[in-house]
Amino acid sequence: MANYSTNEFRSGLKVMLDGDPCSILENEFVKPGKGQAFNRVRMRNLNTGRVWDRTFKSGESLEGADVMDQDMEYLYTDGEFWHFMEPNTYEQVQADEKAVGDAKLWLKEQDVSTVTLYNGAPLAVTPPNFVELEVTETDPGLKGDTAQGGSKPATLSTGAVVKVPLFIEVGEILRIDTRSGEYQSRAKS
Amino acid sequence: MERSSVESPSVEAPVEVSSDWRPSIDTKNLRVRAKLLAQTREFFAQRNVLEVETPLLGLAPASDPHLHALTVDSAGQRYLQTSPEYAMKRLLAAGSGPVYQLCKAFRAAEVGSRHNTEFTMLEWYRPGFELAELQQELLDLLSQLFEPRPARSYTYRGLFLEHLGLDPHTATLAELRQAALIHCGFEEHSEDRELWLDLLMSHVIEPILGRSEYSLVYDFPASQAALAEISTDDHGNSVAKRFELYVNGMEVANAYSELRDANEQKQRFLADLKQRQELQLPIPPLDQQLDGAMRSGLPQCAGIALGFDRLMMLVVGTDRLADVAFV
Repeated sequence: MANYSTNEFRSGLKVMLDGDPCSILENEFVKPGKGQAFNRVRMRNLNTGRVWDRTFKSGESLEGADVMDQDMEYLYTDGEFWHFMEPNTYEQVQADEKAVGDAKLWLKEQDVSTVTLYNGAPLAVTPPNFVELEVTETDPGLKGDTAQGGSKPATLSTGAVVKVPLFIEVGEILRIDTRSGEYQSRAKS
Repeated sequence: MERSSVESPSVEAPVEVSSDWRPSIDTKNLRVRAKLLAQTREFFAQRNVLEVETPLLGLAPASDPHLHALTVDSAGQRYLQTSPEYAMKRLLAAGSGPVYQLCKAFRAAEVGSRHNTEFTMLEWYRPGFELAELQQELLDLLSQLFEPRPARSYTYRGLFLEHLGLDPHTATLAELRQAALIHCGFEEHSEDRELWLDLLMSHVIEPILGRSEYSLVYDFPASQAALAEISTDDHGNSVAKRFELYVNGMEVANAYSELRDANEQKQRFLADLKQRQELQLPIPPLDQQLDGAMRSGLPQCAGIALGFDRLMMLVVGTDRLADVAFV
């Protein structure tokens, strides 16, 4: 992989630090009135998810990380692994529980997620921003109560539990924002 | 006639409309900037300080290994000035009397929320002034252009003792390294003392200075004297006769009691070049005209450079230079 100098550090650039792939979040140039310049860099360790603040001398460089984001279709889970496929090449990868993380609450077959690959293996899975999932369990809906506030929990086909309005019934398809885990609307059919 | 292989852009060709054409500074801040420029000129006009312009393209750049000049190839190598200091000192030696300049300065590889490769500097020189008088003039300027605040002076050593428990003049490399690791998460096996001092100053001390006051830091280690005179502090340490102004955790201005000894200046420039060689940086020519001016005689004077864009940041209340300058 190529090396990147601190002045090339941009948000989203993937580099190796202490043996782990990291994604640059912020890069701030710091220099006293006279003297050595530094770059104060905030980055996410993609293996652990932890955010690191590190300082480098300006002009120092880090090795690029073989990390790429790929859009892949979710196929199925065998309980241990979650399987994804690249829709053009039919190439398949399996992500373990650590890589899938909270995304497993939103994975529906044939939906396209972003799979972050490190040396070809899944490191993280980012579900689509919005998914449409069926309600499998919730208290009976209150007819006519479509305008008022108030909410109740509903279990979706993936096992995710979200707060929904009181009028929602079992079997309905809901649109959910996966970033906040919040109910958006009934899916338009 | 043979057809050129390079096609010139045709007016009929579909034009890609650039989406990022909008200047980073908006019209409101543009007006604030114009007013601040006018107020600055008015301030110096009232004090009979002469506005001057000096070449942006010079024959020689600053020798400081931490300043990187942009080069221009035009009938021989020229350097875009990292500050107008050398040229303004030639004016002083030629008898200009007090002078100020509002100009662009250029520093390669300096880009960030408070830095831009191209920026505006307000620099002025006062023959006959000591640093205390220049400090007062600076505070007068800030009171008029920004806001009145109490001023407080510190020494570099006092700040290190208070916030790091270290004496910057006597601390061992191991102690400095340890402090850098604890306070900045910075690990490096450098023997370069200045690196550790610069790191701790910019990461630990600078951010806490100038909170609801104007903080003035005096008595920098002599190694950071650059073009300033050197004297001895009360503890027998060799210190630079300079001060820096910090406002809201940001360095805004840098003042020197100007060195007048041409031989001493040349020795410092040569030391800079030696350090450049060790760092494998380009070795630029030395400014022979500045040397000539200093040998002819620079009047006793104090000089100061103030980041005009940073003053704008204070006036507007933003932490992004791009909001107040067209970058």
